[in-house]
Amino acid sequence: MANKIEIGHGSGGLMTQELIQELFMKYFDNQWLKAEGDSAIVDSTHQKIAFTTDSYVINPLFFPGGDLGKLAVCGTVNDLAVTGARPSYLTAGFIIEEGLSLETLENIVKSMKAEADKAGVHIVAGDTKVVEKGQADRLFINTSGMGFVDELHKNLANGKLITEGDRVWVNGTLGDHEAAIMNAREAYFENSRLESDCASLNGLIRELLDRCNTIRFIRDITRGGLAGILHEVAGMSSLGFEINEDKIPISEGVQAFCESLGYEPLHMACEGKCIVIADESEAERVASIMKNHEFGKNAAQIGQITKEHPGDVVLDTMIGGRRLLEPPRAAKVPRIC
Amino acid sequence: MKYINEYRQKHLVETLLTNIKAEATGDYHFMEVCGSHTHAIRRFGLPSLLPENIRLLSGPGCPVCVTDQNYINRAVELALNNDTIIATYGDLLHVPGNDKSLNDCREEDADVRVVYSSLDALAIASQNPEKSVVFLAIGFETTAPATAIAIQKADSQNINNLFFLSAHKIMPPAMKAVIDDGVTLNGYICPGHVSTITGKSIYEDFPEKYKVATVISGFEPTDILQSILMLIRQVNSGDFKTEIQYKRAVKPEGNVRAQQVMDEVFEIKVDRWRGFGTIPASGLKLNNRYSEYDADKKFSIPIPEPEEDNGCICGEILKGRKEPEECRLFATVCTPRNPKGACMVSAEGSCNAHFKYRNYG
Repeated sequence: MANKIEIGHGSGGLMTQELIQELFMKYFDNQWLKAEGDSAIVDSTHQKIAFTTDSYVINPLFFPGGDLGKLAVCGTVNDLAVTGARPSYLTAGFIIEEGLSLETLENIVKSMKAEADKAGVHIVAGDTKVVEKGQADRLFINTSGMGFVDELHKNLANGKLITEGDRVWVNGTLGDHEAAIMNAREAYFENSRLESDCASLNGLIRELLDRCNTIRFIRDITRGGLAGILHEVAGMSSLGFEINEDKIPISEGVQAFCESLGYEPLHMACEGKCIVIADESEAERVASIMKNHEFGKNAAQIGQITKEHPGDVVLDTMIGGRRLLEPPRAAKVPRIC
Repeated sequence: MKYINEYRQKHLVETLLTNIKAEATGDYHFMEVCGSHTHAIRRFGLPSLLPENIRLLSGPGCPVCVTDQNYINRAVELALNNDTIIATYGDLLHVPGNDKSLNDCREEDADVRVVYSSLDALAIASQNPEKSVVFLAIGFETTAPATAIAIQKADSQNINNLFFLSAHKIMPPAMKAVIDDGVTLNGYICPGHVSTITGKSIYEDFPEKYKVATVISGFEPTDILQSILMLIRQVNSGDFKTEIQYKRAVKPEGNVRAQQVMDEVFEIKVDRWRGFGTIPASGLKLNNRYSEYDADKKFSIPIPEPEEDNGCICGEILKGRKEPEECRLFATVCTPRNPKGACMVSAEGSCNAHFKYRNYG
């Protein structure tokens, strides 16, 4: 096979077949793909189906802690998992810029396969398009995902279960993904250990749902950071949040990055973090499940739900002051001094 | 994080507040004149902790906010019409000019790049020898030395496609203008980063001539609270002087090398400040030795008429006469997403800080 992607790889002809067989089939290898139908026919259950899609465009394609392929799997897996679903099947659409090296594509595909195996999902259908040079930035991936939702958890996603007095947790340090990406792009700090937290959280979330009875809400913390998510949830539940700034876990590297450039860590995106809202009575159990899980070692209870100020997120600052926590509003730019 | 978290300890804050409350026997109006102070005061929720008889006013300390609208218009003109690359600090991107902001110019395919340092502009110029690169040189004594260094490096490296549109300003004339304008003030929380460069002597008129307490402050909550306590003590005793609270960064004589570089490159000029109008001897322009790097001289930039009054009271806010909440545009038509005035644009601007970190309780 050629060592670069050419327009012919998207023509539907022999070159396309070659790419599918020698790359996608080779790595994703499973019974559904092998059937080579225009659609994958998958087994169903009597449960409700969660169905989602997301497109992944990121520069650089490879960054500390992950790459586009890993992100395209765990992002969609997390979107399914937080709604209470067991993620089962993914599809993958590739939009490739002419000239991308095959080695790059292969490394991304390998990484998708590794993450899919880790998360226990199968990539059962796919599509490849090649666009002319300049019409896309190297590689864009869309993944759609399907999972099954227990009757018990069908209302987890709508926020209606949240009640006054519920406690709020995060499963670890915030802002790692965005800080790592920005640093990889701009090389602000050469020797930083900033690393994306990119991870599939379905294992952790499944443990929480299986072993606790009062999980009221889970949402992954992505663009907009913690502040963005809390505002969304406050809006949809007509309740307010009381958040303790000094309980919010932030790594030293992310703190240093944000302090140096004037960014608000609570506005920074994560790719392997979620908020969990549960009844106070299960506080210890929630904390111990998280802390014993690979992706919850730095979990912390950061606040609670209140009726006092519906729609508002109030922050008790680390020095004992009190203010509103605003959602992020515009693109981030470094401050002048 | 070392050198940061030590200054955010709750028990130290509590001790300082106890002392402030015990010693603050009158009414005090203190003004901070650094955007980073405004930002820190709101971010940590200090107004919710201080007693009501201590009022903190935000003065003309955000470099973006005090930058005259005509400057933005000229930058926009350069971006759109001169086959240039504009290199700017990020904060300036969204400041509205008469018709558009620099960010709007990007949508019209102008090449406007955000840089973190004046030296980034130097790098852009050497990588793009066929283009004219214009660095938007704004800021107070904090950023002016970095601009001066970039100019000298461009000169020694024979880079002749880099130009500087200077709106650099110096702090004390505006601080005097605030008092001359009749604003009641008992003390200045003086800018820590400016003072690392200038040292303390630039403030000597304030305690001596104006009888205003003067403390050079750091930026962490305990720094600011300790500075407030020092100001209260000066006011109570009537013993006005310039004190340095931010000792870990500021030397009485400042950074002499940085002062030298500024002197080598700049000369003082009359300058326009948003909300203040013209203030004598308050701005910096490139001197004759380096005038070939002056964007104003290189390009003849037609200056459009000043803007129509849109109801924005940035000027009154910059003088500490009004709070952002008193502006009828605040949080209604003027928001960080759709700013009408510069104070809403920069993260250091009063309106932006008030909007983002509204007090609670």
